[in-house]
Amino acid sequence: MSTLQRRLARRTFLRQTGIGSIALAALLEADASRPVSAAQSGYQGILAAPHHRPRVKRVIHLCMAGGPSHLETFDYKPTLAKLDGKAMPDSITAGQPIAQLQGKELKVMGPQHEFTPRGKSGLLMSNVFEHIGQLADEMCVIKSMHTEQINHDPAHTFFNTGTAISGRPSMGSWVLYGLGAETETLPGFIVLTSEGGGQSQPISSRQWHSGFLPSRYQGVQMHSTGSPVHYVQNPAGVTTQQQRDVVDAVSRINSIRNETLMDPEIDTRLAGYEMAFRMQASVPELTEMSSEPQRILDLYGCTPGDGSFASNCLLARRLAERGVRFIQLYHRGWDHHGGVKKGVATTAKLVDQATAALIQDLKQRGMLEDTLIVWGGEFGRTPMAQGSGRDHHIKGFSLWMAGGGVRGGMSYGQTDEFGYNAVEDRVHVRDFHATMLHLLGIDHQRLTYKFQGLDFRLTGVEEAHVIDDVLA
Amino acid sequence: MLRTNLTAVVLFAVVSTCTFGAISSAESPTPTSVRFNRDVRAILTDKCFACHGPDAETVEGGLRLDLRAQAVDETGVIVPGDAEASELVRRIDSGDQYEVMPPPETHKPLTDAEREVLRQWIQQGAEYEPHWAYSPMRVPDALGGEGDENLTAVIDQLIADRLDAEGITPAEPADRITLIRRLSLDLTGIPPTPEEVDRFVQDDSEGAYAALVDRLLASQRFGERMAIYWLDLVRYADTVGYHGDQNVSQSPYRDYVINAFNKNLPYDRFIREQLAGDLLPHATLQQQVASGYNRLNQTTEEGGAQGKEYLAIYFADRVRNVSQVFMGATMGCAQCHDHKYDPYTTRDFYSIGAFFADLDERGVYGARSRPPMIHVPDAPLQEKLDQLDREIADLESGVPALKQQLLERQDQWERTALERLDEPGEVEAIWVDDRQGIGGDRGERWDYVDAQQGPVHSGALSRRQQNEGLVQHLFQNAETPFEVSADSRFYAWVHLDPDQPPQAVMLQFNDGNWNHRMVWGGDEIPYGRKPESDAAYRRAGALPETGRWVRLEVHAEEVGLAPGAKVHGMAFTQFGGLVHWDKAGAILAKGMPESVAAALRIAPSDRTSEQAAAVEDYYLSQAAELVERRAQIESLRTRRKQLYESAPQTVVSKSVAPRTIRVLPRGNWMDDSGPEVQPAIPEFLGQLETADRATRLDLAEWLCRDDNPLTSRTMANRIWSLLFGRGICASVDDLGGQGTYPSYPDLLDALAIDFVQSGWDIKHLMRSIALSAAYRRSSVASVELKRRDPYNDLFARQGRFGLQAETVRDAALAISGLLVEQLGGPSVHPYQPAGYYGQLNFPRRTYQADAGSDQYRRGLYTHWQRTFLHPMLKAFDAPSREECTAARARSNTPLQALVLLNDPTFVEAARVFAERTMREGGRTEEQRIRWAYREAVSRVPPPEIAAELHAVYVKHRQYYREHPEAAEQLVSNGQAPLATDLPSAELAAWTSVARVLLNLHETITRY
Repeated sequence: MSTLQRRLARRTFLRQTGIGSIALAALLEADASRPVSAAQSGYQGILAAPHHRPRVKRVIHLCMAGGPSHLETFDYKPTLAKLDGKAMPDSITAGQPIAQLQGKELKVMGPQHEFTPRGKSGLLMSNVFEHIGQLADEMCVIKSMHTEQINHDPAHTFFNTGTAISGRPSMGSWVLYGLGAETETLPGFIVLTSEGGGQSQPISSRQWHSGFLPSRYQGVQMHSTGSPVHYVQNPAGVTTQQQRDVVDAVSRINSIRNETLMDPEIDTRLAGYEMAFRMQASVPELTEMSSEPQRILDLYGCTPGDGSFASNCLLARRLAERGVRFIQLYHRGWDHHGGVKKGVATTAKLVDQATAALIQDLKQRGMLEDTLIVWGGEFGRTPMAQGSGRDHHIKGFSLWMAGGGVRGGMSYGQTDEFGYNAVEDRVHVRDFHATMLHLLGIDHQRLTYKFQGLDFRLTGVEEAHVIDDVLA
Repeated sequence: MLRTNLTAVVLFAVVSTCTFGAISSAESPTPTSVRFNRDVRAILTDKCFACHGPDAETVEGGLRLDLRAQAVDETGVIVPGDAEASELVRRIDSGDQYEVMPPPETHKPLTDAEREVLRQWIQQGAEYEPHWAYSPMRVPDALGGEGDENLTAVIDQLIADRLDAEGITPAEPADRITLIRRLSLDLTGIPPTPEEVDRFVQDDSEGAYAALVDRLLASQRFGERMAIYWLDLVRYADTVGYHGDQNVSQSPYRDYVINAFNKNLPYDRFIREQLAGDLLPHATLQQQVASGYNRLNQTTEEGGAQGKEYLAIYFADRVRNVSQVFMGATMGCAQCHDHKYDPYTTRDFYSIGAFFADLDERGVYGARSRPPMIHVPDAPLQEKLDQLDREIADLESGVPALKQQLLERQDQWERTALERLDEPGEVEAIWVDDRQGIGGDRGERWDYVDAQQGPVHSGALSRRQQNEGLVQHLFQNAETPFEVSADSRFYAWVHLDPDQPPQAVMLQFNDGNWNHRMVWGGDEIPYGRKPESDAAYRRAGALPETGRWVRLEVHAEEVGLAPGAKVHGMAFTQFGGLVHWDKAGAILAKGMPESVAAALRIAPSDRTSEQAAAVEDYYLSQAAELVERRAQIESLRTRRKQLYESAPQTVVSKSVAPRTIRVLPRGNWMDDSGPEVQPAIPEFLGQLETADRATRLDLAEWLCRDDNPLTSRTMANRIWSLLFGRGICASVDDLGGQGTYPSYPDLLDALAIDFVQSGWDIKHLMRSIALSAAYRRSSVASVELKRRDPYNDLFARQGRFGLQAETVRDAALAISGLLVEQLGGPSVHPYQPAGYYGQLNFPRRTYQADAGSDQYRRGLYTHWQRTFLHPMLKAFDAPSREECTAARARSNTPLQALVLLNDPTFVEAARVFAERTMREGGRTEEQRIRWAYREAVSRVPPPEIAAELHAVYVKHRQYYREHPEAAEQLVSNGQAPLATDLPSAELAAWTSVARVLLNLHETITRY
């Protein structure tokens, strides 16, 4: 359908249905053929105004699923090299939770990759990150993360919702609930997945579920095969025009009936159909990447639409441009129980260039300053060997952030000399949540939702602190 | 405000001495009359109790405002009757940021109105009331008596009294079309057909409406509709939830729930059977199935998961669910700390959980199995099983007589056998061939194949065994054990696949233990791996040649079986690859065991009794008639086992010695320092008197007591919410201190008491509500009514809400005529977008949509994948069923529009609906439009709506005439047979009309 036809159709629709809602009118003014800017469109979250000046508008979470070894990536531990093959001191491991090494002999394994200082700041990081290393001065590496769940599924749930109990909203849903989105034609919280480089642990849709929040806040998974979003393709034998006719007839009949029924839900339904119709146009436009110049494709090193992490990174930028609030990329490939040396190198290669490209690309478009990039897994890995690999580890691991409001070129916190326990400036997952919300202009104590008689919040009832030292 | 006097009487412990009368009157509240439960409690719990409430760990300044004795003592926090002298009032009014309460950092400031309520309450004497839900239920004074019509009258009287007092005019009665649509959707989840609508609209007899209610309650669809709600509460699903989210079979439990509602099983029995069906005397199969409730929690088989941690997770999950489902309580908080708003303590949390400490369960399960599970045959299958049992019994009962006949011919046999003894050669005694022939117990994985399917050495069948790892089949406890002699040998025929040879194979023998092993090939089989020096463990060297049948042989002494040992079992094990196993048994040098041969050489009269028995036993074991009889019995048993195992399985409760339960400090499963607890109900609600350790059945009995203040109120309130879209207590998931105060406490009690007195009769309760004038009102609210009562707390009008996810599907299928109604059975697989399970692993899964009638079953039978719920169900707010859901979210989103527009289920329904429109809807376009619109929303279309539909038809007919290939595509969506006899352009155009109808707001809304 041409732009002209579309405008005509919309005008007819408006005239005939007499919809007067401001949101819809504003929505219809926007042209689906180009990204919609914040001023033109979007929907409000629960917060009428941010609690304080936001430093970023959106979050891109690069979730390195499986649990990347901090000891082969960002946390260099020479002691481990010295004690390689020796018994791990019992004083450290006694009584601690342990996963697959239950009942096994615990021996130290030295770092499997070289570390080099990178950038002006001289941040030490593993040589597996050739490209990411070039951006060291943009990065704030937190080396003192700790979490509470030692198995993949609950650990992801914990990282996303702040608890291992199922049924609670994910952080993306909380953000969307609080802030709304700057797009009406795409979901405000989108999830992309890729795999490769290691065992592909399953990922549950619980990780982007809205829990007890209304379902409009749930993350929507986009797929690299078939229809990118479920049911955005017209049925076989139906063109855009027939679909338009059906949507218009539905809306007009609903409006006629509403004169009798006086049901405000019908107004919402009318807007929902219009948005759905527009989503059917905007999603293909989003995923149609032929307009991306070759130099951009080269920057990311990707074949658009192949389902790779690199392709997803490029898509993430396009989502960010279109006002999506929370973008989560899962790369399932970091679970290196065996062959951690080769495994980390292989998986790193799949994410290194595209991660760096995403940051550079956002930066050159002036968008990095209002985007928070988060890179990390659900936990780290043991200093102890599991054969040639490492087991799950929750007492200390690394994560890095970049983008608006975050101090670049720094590392924060320390683990002990074994890389076992976070010992200095410890950062709990809740502290990370508080900090992320803070950057978005949200006081984590004041974004609440009433459920089962309680005021729930992402950071729960335990203490959580914004990490002031990492804020720019 | 440091306090020393902590000897206050705990308010909640004295509920029985308090009367409920103070708040049972229906008088209108006036601004000057403040009541604790209605006006004050919510303020205190929300704004104050987090620091000054029941959680003993966090009481600030030693002050608890939940206890009147503390609040009004000499420190003067509250001076009853003198607000201005009360420290509380001074503090809430304070302008000093360090003094003002609540402190600013809690972000819970009081509003002016709330401050005024507190001030007035203190001025009026600061009277406390026990929390309503923990107080005894009370028949409102103005009412009395029992009986069906009466409850309906009570409902209308109590509502009318309040509306009168508030000066509110209720909405008009709904029109009859709305009424039958509403009732059909509420009671069956399926819209009425136009014929049903006509019949009801035209029936102006007095009892027409009551008859309609009764007809719908008697429908089998009623149980399906109610099950949708119950399954949300108990978090029923078809997968385990954690990590790989593997399938688990528990559909018999779902069917039990459907049948329970259809049979109108009293709610107290329903509770007892679910919590403790396995503990009931002579538990029936269905009661055992019901006890599967206790095992519907999420479970894991993730590698590296720690059993103890997961047992703690399952434990907490169960306490949360039991308390929410049956008590309307949210005890989850008390896992780590005393509840901040309700009198539940951490100890209560673990004590409730201790009732379930006897469940046979594991923290980490093995692959794809959730024992204990049982098979649940349906009635026709049970009939067949009973028949087989009778046949087996008949054959067995004839055995003694047969033996007697045979014994009469023993002499004759002995003579022949003696002659043969001196012949050379050996005989294979057959223990296993096309069947396992010497009796005893057979384990799993006896996978017989015939010569079409694989190589066979002897008889018609061999046993195929294939696996990437360890796999084994075995039998033991043979009826006639084989007595080992000095030269005994055993054998088994094997055929190793040349393309997929195993790494190792093993034969193993049981003479009371299984420690007699011979291994060929590598060392991969971990069972009993021992050094070569071990007498009972032998390595025979390389694997036999592949691609041909080989007889593996084992000398008894090689595997540590000394003469005299009695072998009664044999196991066939391999690691990896594909192996066919065939005939196996013992090799007899003389054609019979040495001991028998020796005894046979002795004259019968000279034999010891053992020798005589050996000869007789051997003779009988060889006798053709008896062998034949045993074979018949074995064959029937095999058939029975196969049939039985074809029945779906379900998880059940099985009681074992209870494990020790301790309070876990801060919920930490690794901390064993907490005190041990015994099963007990929450302390503030009383104590169970039991002779021994209290059981799940005791818990159930307590829940079902007439005077339990929670059970009946919780369920009656939920039933009400199903029929109005809103509970009398709006928080149907929480009757506790943070829940909402009931808009009609008297009405809720009247319903709850009647529910108990009727014998916990759910249909009676629903019928009584459905017959009320309140239920029959229009859902259209006047502007005034909307302003006065925006959330419909007063029920001066009916509620209106979207259909549930499952019934959105059901309605489309019913309207189209595609719906296949079949009660129960394993879950089904409607169309689902390809690749949706791509994030699952262990194993990876490919979704296969069902072909045939299972494609068109009701939504509640849809395969419920907890981590990836069917996207249609998810879009329409169906919960993942990881936790209890007492009220689903109700959203209205673009994703729902995409489902109705584009999901193949709805497109197919539209084109089949179009086909029906052309065949059944009359000749003219006008007739057809009128017919189709009525099918969808039960009404005759007004002219302007008919015109809209007609315009779509005309325009699309034109388009599809010009684009016949597009028409063909549209009318071919889905698996349903194509209507090749209808012109496809017209059919496609009617499909567009049908799509419009299936997308209408009214089609998916209950008014």
